[in-house]
Amino acid sequence: MLLIECPWCGPRDESEFSYGGEAHIVRPPDPDRLSDDEWADYLFMRKNPRGRHLEQWCHAHGCRQWFNVERDTVSSEIVRVYRVE
Amino acid sequence: MSISQPFRLVGGGRIDRRRRIDFRFNGLRFEGYRGDTIASALLANGVRTVARSIKYHRPRGFFGAGAEEPNGIFTVRHAGVEGATVPHAPGTLVELTEGLDVQAVNGWPSLRFDLAGGLGWFGGMLSAGFYYKTFMWPRSAWHWYEWAIRRMAGNGRAPDAPDPDRYDRRNAVCDVLVVGGGPAGLAASLAAARAGARVILVDDQPELGGSLLGARRELGGKPAIAWVTNCAAALADEAEVTVLTRATAFGFYDHGFVAVLERRTDHLAPHRRRGPRERIWRIRAARVVLATGATERPPVFENNDRPGIMLVNAAAAYVNRYGVAPGRRAVVFANNDGAWRAALDLAEARVEIAAIVDVRPQPGGAFAARAEEAGIQVLAGHAVVDTRGRLGLRRVRVERHGGGGATDIDCDLLAVSGGWNPNVHLHAQSGGRPRFDEARACFVPGPSVQAESAAGACRGTFRLDACVREGAQAGREAALAAGFRDVGVISAPETDEEGGTEPDPTWMVHSRRARPRRAFVDLQNDTTAADLELAVREGFESIEHIKRYTLLGFGTDQGKTGNVTGMALAAGALGRAPARLGTTTFRPPYTPVTFGAAAGLSTGEFHDPLRVTPMHGQHVEQGAVFEPVGQWLRPWYYPRPGEDMHAAVVRECRAAREGIGLFDASTLGKIDIQGPDAAAFLDRIYTNDWSGLTIGRCRYGLMLGEDGMVMDDGVTARLGEHHYLMTTTTGGAAHVLAWLERWRQTEWPELRVRFTSVTDQWATIGVAGPRSRDLVASLCGEIDFGPESFRFMQFREGVFAGVPCRIFRISFTGELSFEINVPADYGRYAWDRVTERSEEFSITPYGTETMHVLRAEKGFIVVGQETDGSVTPIDLGMEWILSKKKDYIGRRSLERSDCRRSDRRRLVGLATVDPDEVLPEGAQLVDEPFTFLPAEMVGYVTSSYWSPNVGRSIALALVSGGRERSRVHASLQDGRFIAADLVSPVFFDPRGERQRG
Amino acid sequence: MRRFSVFSLARNALGFRPDWPAMWRSPDPGASYDVVVVGGGGHGLATAYYLAAEHGITRVAVLEKGWLGGGNTGRNTTIVRSNYLWDESAALYEKSLQLFEGLSRELNFNVMFSQRGVFNLGHSVHEMRDIARRVNANRLNGIDGRLVRADELARLIPILDVSARCRYPVLGASFQPRGGVARHDAVAWGLARAADARGVDIIQNCEVTGIRRERGRVAGVETTRGYIRARKVALVAAGHSSVLASMADVRLPVESHPLQAFVSEPMKPVLDTVVMSNAVHGYISQSDKGELVIGAGIDSWNGYGQRGSFRTVEGALAAIVELFPVFSRVRMLRQWAGIVDTTPDACPIIGETPVRGLFVNCGWGTGGFKATPGSGWVLAHTIATGEPHPLNAPFSLDRFVTGRLVDEHGAAGVAH
Repeated sequence: MLLIECPWCGPRDESEFSYGGEAHIVRPPDPDRLSDDEWADYLFMRKNPRGRHLEQWCHAHGCRQWFNVERDTVSSEIVRVYRVE
Repeated sequence: MSISQPFRLVGGGRIDRRRRIDFRFNGLRFEGYRGDTIASALLANGVRTVARSIKYHRPRGFFGAGAEEPNGIFTVRHAGVEGATVPHAPGTLVELTEGLDVQAVNGWPSLRFDLAGGLGWFGGMLSAGFYYKTFMWPRSAWHWYEWAIRRMAGNGRAPDAPDPDRYDRRNAVCDVLVVGGGPAGLAASLAAARAGARVILVDDQPELGGSLLGARRELGGKPAIAWVTNCAAALADEAEVTVLTRATAFGFYDHGFVAVLERRTDHLAPHRRRGPRERIWRIRAARVVLATGATERPPVFENNDRPGIMLVNAAAAYVNRYGVAPGRRAVVFANNDGAWRAALDLAEARVEIAAIVDVRPQPGGAFAARAEEAGIQVLAGHAVVDTRGRLGLRRVRVERHGGGGATDIDCDLLAVSGGWNPNVHLHAQSGGRPRFDEARACFVPGPSVQAESAAGACRGTFRLDACVREGAQAGREAALAAGFRDVGVISAPETDEEGGTEPDPTWMVHSRRARPRRAFVDLQNDTTAADLELAVREGFESIEHIKRYTLLGFGTDQGKTGNVTGMALAAGALGRAPARLGTTTFRPPYTPVTFGAAAGLSTGEFHDPLRVTPMHGQHVEQGAVFEPVGQWLRPWYYPRPGEDMHAAVVRECRAAREGIGLFDASTLGKIDIQGPDAAAFLDRIYTNDWSGLTIGRCRYGLMLGEDGMVMDDGVTARLGEHHYLMTTTTGGAAHVLAWLERWRQTEWPELRVRFTSVTDQWATIGVAGPRSRDLVASLCGEIDFGPESFRFMQFREGVFAGVPCRIFRISFTGELSFEINVPADYGRYAWDRVTERSEEFSITPYGTETMHVLRAEKGFIVVGQETDGSVTPIDLGMEWILSKKKDYIGRRSLERSDCRRSDRRRLVGLATVDPDEVLPEGAQLVDEPFTFLPAEMVGYVTSSYWSPNVGRSIALALVSGGRERSRVHASLQDGRFIAADLVSPVFFDPRGERQRG
Repeated sequence: MRRFSVFSLARNALGFRPDWPAMWRSPDPGASYDVVVVGGGGHGLATAYYLAAEHGITRVAVLEKGWLGGGNTGRNTTIVRSNYLWDESAALYEKSLQLFEGLSRELNFNVMFSQRGVFNLGHSVHEMRDIARRVNANRLNGIDGRLVRADELARLIPILDVSARCRYPVLGASFQPRGGVARHDAVAWGLARAADARGVDIIQNCEVTGIRRERGRVAGVETTRGYIRARKVALVAAGHSSVLASMADVRLPVESHPLQAFVSEPMKPVLDTVVMSNAVHGYISQSDKGELVIGAGIDSWNGYGQRGSFRTVEGALAAIVELFPVFSRVRMLRQWAGIVDTTPDACPIIGETPVRGLFVNCGWGTGGFKATPGSGWVLAHTIATGEPHPLNAPFSLDRFVTGRLVDEHGAAGVAH
């Protein structure tokens, strides 16, 4: 059971949050310029690393803010939490 | 000595001899005392055979005195309490209560004479993994073999009635969690508490003290139990300390989360039980001190499983804690000094010690002299290699360790000790990796991964004084690490420690003359040393394989007495050091956890929140039948007396198109959207254009996932310059809100727009039908409802029967219709204002089923029914809603080749050739009736109804290539086919004149 | 390989010291193989077995980082069924189910495939509509199955609560009689023994640390036990597919999540079929040993730690107690987690990657065990012939580019 530090509300139990997967996937500004392959990469392909992972969480049952977490996917250790921007 | 309890000692023990308790075991009545466990009470009554083993059905007795018990597992019921069955309770942990009805789990017809006992003769056939090699002949006979095997397997019986008890959960936060209330845990708790930390101490026994409860030790020159009492009193005085007894910390999860099961009522007489039976504590601790003690392990030798053979410390506990003699004449067989102390305890309680057998050549240390003083025969450098006694131990065979010099000793108790295994379970669960300590021949905690430390026996420290010191130190450090002041070194009381000899890691002993065949490692699963050897010989080299192949450690005791020994023996067979083989995972829970406790209150009505609309009471009064839609309960239809669902729906459908249909639409998701960039935002989220929508108008919008598939739909109105109200599907509301927030916050933070869910703030009453305008106009006077002034897809604010309202002229039925939104608290009031005009306007409430028929008559889709996550707007024939002037979520995906295939399934209407035949929803469609399988499916029926307004059956379907086909056949489960023609999905009022009228 | 037969068993039955030989060799890795299969779980072993048995390719090594069958093969809830919605998945899982039906005999190893039937419960009108759709599709695909209404369910599974007391009352179910459970370890061991007997090298404690390529095609693998040359390499390591593929710069649409399961204490027979419910998130069967075997949903976050959150277990148990009130006092004995590869359409990826000679078999999500023989069978075909078999052609990596997903999410039958 993870303990996640919401940048606005402080440490809260995992059950207050929803998970958003890999962070920093930027929507292509002009999708028409992308090949199907490039579009598929944006849509579906994920790093899914074993180790440090930059990911998005939302304090869904709290302040409803999305933020980023750097977490180790093996040990679950949360290395840092930082706001979107 | 009481006649009814012939093995009860005259004095001593922590039982209350004034409180007699009657209970039953296998139908016979017995008596014990308050403070007894089932095990101690049965032993007091001289009941030695309490179980038959799972595979060979060998007689077994109690082997331990705590959670490690492998044999004495019972199905426990309570006289007069229906459903209160516990399928598997270790008799060593169940406290005696009045009316307890205890049943052995195996043994038929009786424990003394078990017909299946003959299985022992086929030991070779039943060796490890036998079932993988057999039961394959004749072909497909496994079904029958399995039937028989299943009946042989298993232990207890499942309850046959629902649980009469309830359970709950509690969340708790603390600075220092101490697990274990023995000497180390008590010292740790006190130290941490004195530093000011919030401490939770959990212990699985009814009272604190741990190992001291079952031993005769001294601390500070007084009986150790006095020290325990003082500690307990001191802890009770600390305001920030919570002590949980009868509570087992069973799982150590991520980020300092420890789950604890507290047993609250089972130990009470049934009429005294109040509140939840058990409670799960979900504890988040800044620091955790593990003081979980150690479990004694037995040496392995031939026939080491008979009733009357038990762990040394268990024998001592029965004497010291329960005042029970586990036998009259005992042999103690050990490899360590601790066992000698216990032997002396037994002797003091007048249990005759026939011999102390120790594998070490010069054993006992200071105890040797005391044993001699007590006149006890000592056989140093010897080992017990075999035993006799079918239903209970009668004799042991002793040989010189290494062979020779065999003698037989008569006895009815053999107390064995092969050393100690620290309980490293929680450390391992926290992520730590226990390491094998060669010197102490046991696994000890490795480096900590989480904020956790170990103290005392669970760290491999077995001297009492050192346990107390370590505990105090661990408590002090934990509090310090949690940010509290340093209380300095805490002095530990003097103990009665005596110098001794190093233990000798002897895992197994056997006679030179015969290789052991029935030398058990895991008593509960009948895993023998030979099984382990066989597994190794068959090529299983990983300890995980060996365990799985031999079932070592897979019993309800989780191998607490046998696992480490089994690993060591397997390592030996592989020619490796135990350290190299490593340990297996120590999986949670430490001891079994009741399903009901983990479920807590989350069953029945609390399984998931139930949502109802403000008008729910009226629906109930009107006799509605309800349908669950997501978390909501919605009126499905309103049957009148004598009506079935079909009749009710036909009536409701007609009413909505002829008079006025009244519909509770409050469950639709409503999201208030405000901000100067709201329109720009909607342009990106919806497929159509929003910038051009003027204030006071509504528009239907379709949302796609980024993969181009239809995600949600609904009507959004522009309420003001920077103000919109979006509606979503009932089931999609929460998801859509999260979706909007995510795009705005993570992708387009520059857009100035905010979202608020207002679903619960508004009640929505839909009125549909030709007379709906007259009705609404009569109820809100200020608004001009003229067809030219309040047009289709517009909205007005006003006052409805004295209540502020928003009225939307939109339609999901294709009728002239209005949706009246009033603040939720007025929903009931507003609904009543409408229904009191029922006769005047012939108003008929209708439910979701009629709503579905009406919208299907119009060919309107329902997201989730006409779509399933793999349907594009083009598939639905909704190209008209896809803007070509802008980008929007999902647009690019529609350009992919697969989304442009001409043979994609497209939405069509189906008209059965026989207009009275209603297609079953979910029916698959084929081109022609087939005779062979598999058959090619060209589509399926998404919606299908009898339509009273069209006067025939209607259906919507997704069909490959859409209306390129002209006829399909629906294949029914009974083998019939129904022919249907492909038609427009709009069956009623194709020009849409009624809704615009 | 000494065959297990009535006679060999009888010889060994006398006395307590049977004398069976090793089930498989423990060879050192060779310098080169025709095919290297990375991953010694059920799928990898099946791939190797069918390469040898069906295609005569025996210069095959199976490399396993730990112990064979130690990943998801030994951690799943052993449910086998084929009642999937879409033609493509139904065909693949049905092939696998058919292989399961003959597997014990084929391998001369009892995998205890028990066709006790699988029920997928429906709790709403909406779910029942989806179930009807799926059952109808199954029937036309030649897969057994039928719709069962609540009253019949109550007769078939008397301990199941179909009353209105439930928050989401059970309205009915799909029933696939040929579905069931198998003994997971036995599947791995039987395949390993049979593959070994045909000359396949099974190499445990051998971790792949790199994938070498030459001119766009695979050349071999670096391992903790040295470099091994192979012109064809198959990555069959559920849970770690992304990690391995990234060694060859292949990106996958895969995310790894913890999936938790647990068993109760063993009891006398009380449930003789398999019951699954998506709406309340739990599935249950009773093993031959008597334990209730229960699966939960996945934990939402990516994780390689083989551990999940306790709340997921609480949720699954709430579901089980809701469905089976008589299990409330039964106790959870053991709890564990595996790492599952999930894909956007809840369907696997089986085929060649953009790197020639490099194949993947991954993305089985929560339901890979049932596909064990089938997946090995089609991947062996793909590796041996260089072309996908029609059964796995729809499950190429390419579908994420074209958009031709086989979306099993929508159908109630997706999980497990």
